[in-house]
Amino acid sequence: MMTEFPIPPGIILIVAGALLPVLSRDVRNGVILGAPFVTLILIWLIGDGVMLRLSFLEYEIVPVEGDPLARLFATVFAIMAFGGGLFALRQDKTLELTAAFIYAGSAIGVAFAGDLITLFVFWEVMALASTMVIWCAGPAAFGASQRYISIHLFGGVVLMAGIAGEIAATGSADFTAMSPDTPARWMILIGFLINAGAPPLSAWLPDAYPSSTWSGMVFLSAFTTKTAVLVLLRGFPGAEILIFVGLYMVFYGIIYAILENDMRRILAYSIINQVGFMVTGVGIGTAMALNGAAAHAFTHIIYKALLLMSAGSVLYMTGKHKCTDLGGLFRTMPLTTICGIIGALSISSFPLTSGFISKSMISQGAADEHLTYVWFLLMAASAGVFLHAGIKFPWFVFFQKDSGLRPDEPPWNMKLAMVLFSVLCIGLGVMPWPLYEMLPYPVDYVPYTASHVTSMLQLLLFSGLAFFLMLGLLKRTLTISLDFDWFYRGFGKLLASEFSLVSTRAWGVLTARAGRVAQRLIAQVYRHHGPYGILARTWRTGSMAMWTAILLAMYLLVYYLSH
Amino acid sequence: MISQLPALQIVIPLLAAVLCAVLPRGNWAWAVALGASWAMPVVAGLMLQEVLANGPISYAMGGWEPPWGIEYRVDAASGFLLMLISIVGAVVMPYAQASVAAEIEEHNVPWFYTMYLLCLAGLLGIAITGDAFNAFVFLEVSSLSTYAMIAMGKDRRALVAAYQYLIMGTIGATFYVAGVGLLYSITGSLNFVDVAARLAEMETSRATLAAIAFITVGMSLKLALFPLHVWLPNAYAYAPSAATAFLAATATKVAVYLMLRFLFSVFGIGTTFDALPISEIFITLSLAAMFGASIVAIFQQNVKRMLAYSSVAQIGYITLGIGLANKMGMTGGIVHLFNHALMKAALFLVLGGVVYRIGTVKLPDLAGLGRRMPVTMGAFVIAGLSIIGTPGTAGFISKWYLAVGAFEKGWWWLVFLLVTSSLLSVVYIGRVVEIAYFREPSKEVASATETPLSMLVPTLVLVAATVYFGIDTTLTAGIASQAADVLLAGYR
Repeated sequence: MMTEFPIPPGIILIVAGALLPVLSRDVRNGVILGAPFVTLILIWLIGDGVMLRLSFLEYEIVPVEGDPLARLFATVFAIMAFGGGLFALRQDKTLELTAAFIYAGSAIGVAFAGDLITLFVFWEVMALASTMVIWCAGPAAFGASQRYISIHLFGGVVLMAGIAGEIAATGSADFTAMSPDTPARWMILIGFLINAGAPPLSAWLPDAYPSSTWSGMVFLSAFTTKTAVLVLLRGFPGAEILIFVGLYMVFYGIIYAILENDMRRILAYSIINQVGFMVTGVGIGTAMALNGAAAHAFTHIIYKALLLMSAGSVLYMTGKHKCTDLGGLFRTMPLTTICGIIGALSISSFPLTSGFISKSMISQGAADEHLTYVWFLLMAASAGVFLHAGIKFPWFVFFQKDSGLRPDEPPWNMKLAMVLFSVLCIGLGVMPWPLYEMLPYPVDYVPYTASHVTSMLQLLLFSGLAFFLMLGLLKRTLTISLDFDWFYRGFGKLLASEFSLVSTRAWGVLTARAGRVAQRLIAQVYRHHGPYGILARTWRTGSMAMWTAILLAMYLLVYYLSH
Repeated sequence: MISQLPALQIVIPLLAAVLCAVLPRGNWAWAVALGASWAMPVVAGLMLQEVLANGPISYAMGGWEPPWGIEYRVDAASGFLLMLISIVGAVVMPYAQASVAAEIEEHNVPWFYTMYLLCLAGLLGIAITGDAFNAFVFLEVSSLSTYAMIAMGKDRRALVAAYQYLIMGTIGATFYVAGVGLLYSITGSLNFVDVAARLAEMETSRATLAAIAFITVGMSLKLALFPLHVWLPNAYAYAPSAATAFLAATATKVAVYLMLRFLFSVFGIGTTFDALPISEIFITLSLAAMFGASIVAIFQQNVKRMLAYSSVAQIGYITLGIGLANKMGMTGGIVHLFNHALMKAALFLVLGGVVYRIGTVKLPDLAGLGRRMPVTMGAFVIAGLSIIGTPGTAGFISKWYLAVGAFEKGWWWLVFLLVTSSLLSVVYIGRVVEIAYFREPSKEVASATETPLSMLVPTLVLVAATVYFGIDTTLTAGIASQAADVLLAGYR
């Protein structure tokens, strides 16, 4: 039985986060593990409909409005806060967990926001809190955090402008489904998409996230992009442009992840790729596709966190993050390896894992609408996901050559967090119904049919094969002899080297040119606005007076002429 | 007594100023000034209450009926401004005791309070009077006392700054009086309501246009509208801290008010905004101020001067609202006039505390100050967030109305520019925050302690007000929208 209980659940995590720095170690650990539970209870005590109504300016704002979608996302955010908190218990930088909890709390705030103003407030708190998470990685991350906050503040600006326009046009602050048909709504959509990691600003994500600490990225991977998916689900279901944006993101993520050497950057690109699936689902806009996008967000948060926990454990124990420096860790980190593989299988939507029961709904949504090319591209991309995240990540980190590293397993709390999330991944894959019941629309979908399972397995099998065939390309120092690979290898090498060559060269030229333009621009700005620039230095009194006279003459002229 | 309130509003500070001038000791003068400045919000509050309940108050000075005598006239617009000036004047006064004692030579202290009260009387006078020439007199009273206050600054550059302001301020006042003279030659009257009524019966002549131009330029200079702002940065940077806080919050705002009065009430919107391209000019100059001055602020090393440039940029938001000339935009401009006064005064008060403790406001010298003066710098951060326009602070409210006003005109590009310009303030406020919180303390800073309580409390009062008015807007935005109505309707 649900009761009315209008405490915004996100506030609990925000307050808990703010309290963390002043608590003693034991109390602190208790709060870190307890607060997400309290939050979870509050989330499930919120019924459907408006729970809290306030007035601000002359508008009515609804800080807490319950519906299945909000509960679904808030639930996984709370689970994530718990798992991340458990994983990060030993993080010496105490500010990081404070920031992470405020970040998680405001993400839950966005989930329950019933109006655009509340949404915007929590949106900005998220941006600031996540920047603080990145900051905690120390001076090396400072530049990345600056770029990150700049992009997000810019996104906030666009969103703010759009919200102002929408409210001015409709006279109400309600956050309801809309279609992008006015400049204001376009600005709202763009503001949302910037947080989703959509083109052309996708680069903030792989730039900023991997520069955070071993535990920071676990939090970062969960909230920003997924709240963006949530607000897209709420605000722009069925906006056709999202299909193309989503597909672009899917392939952008795959291509860059394949070319990448840093294990956490691989996973960062794969966030964009996975969010691309969700955005495509939102764009398709049928109940099946929307359910799929929502379910996929839920499962993705869990398996991506699991992957990043295993990567974080490796980083924590070895201090290394490049694939070329790692390898052979399965000998001494068997549990981490197994958990990493479970995460990798989930992201590749292997049957009996959580990814299988959610992603297949999106492709089914495309198929139902007879969007053949979308369906085809999504299937092709699924193979690509297996290639870059499903095999590449565990293979290069845990197997491959022997790097000579013999790290121990991470401390108990990190192991426990990974095991819990692995259990969730498998559990959801075996028993999808509890998740299906939480989805916004009634689910009429059975994931485990013979055709679904066999087609997925075939796809995975062949892309797995392709991975080992192309291993030489993916990692040139590695020698693995496969006697029947000459055809694929030659062709693949041509394709891959051509692409990487062209793209690297084009990128190089582009960044160099952009750099030059930016330098010239800054020099110009500094010349006029810098301390000795015309606009900043102290003018002579005479020239001030002259300018006054000129302005008067101008006014007189303009007035006379226009009269 | 109640019926004499409009006169009391001016007479109390004037008489107190005279008293301060003859008192030998700084603290006595301060006590007198404190009493007088604390009486002001009471008077202004009573009048504002009366105006909101029963409509405008008209008071015939010395019993001479308008239009021949001088009329004091309080409506929603002027009442709102009287309230603002009174509050800022009253809040800065308890702060001034310690700050002034530290920054001004002992024998000059009574003079400082004399000038402060004269300035207060002058500014209140401009807001309350309904007579164009009387407004000029008060303008001069406030300006002359301002020049003297600036010149009392510790830095030797204060003298040059005061001199430049004197020249420029005088040019501005001269332009204003030239415009008023033209108006008098056309209509034969100086009373605002009377002039408005007579102008309404006439065709717009070239002389009227010239009067509009003279008054607009004169007031643009006084309110520091880009590019006539060049006197402002030095004046604010080198004046004593208490004076800077008071002036930044009030002086330019009063000039905005007087310009609004003329453009909307006296000439009427039909003669000005509808017939002439004033909107276009104002919006262009406002945008130039919002971007140009903000970028300059980013490169400044002296934080006081940085905030002065920020003031120029923020004035741009106010004039932008005026340029929109619709109800939402005007409300935004007027409410920003109030909100900006609160937050900028708070910021300058913080800097006064910093000067009091470490003797400098050069950016590199503030390194690590966040740890030594947590409350003071915390106040800076909150007021800074308000400058940026973060939701939950007063700055958001003003920008919100401006954005809605721009959207009503269909100018969504302007909304975009409006919010983009606030990113620039993120940079210059962020620089201070970064240095104060993320750098190791320098030697001077290491021994610094929190600002004394008498200075800290007024600062915190203003900071609390910026947060309060960011959440409950019935007082500010409510009255501002009434003021916008009054102005848009003209004297009809």
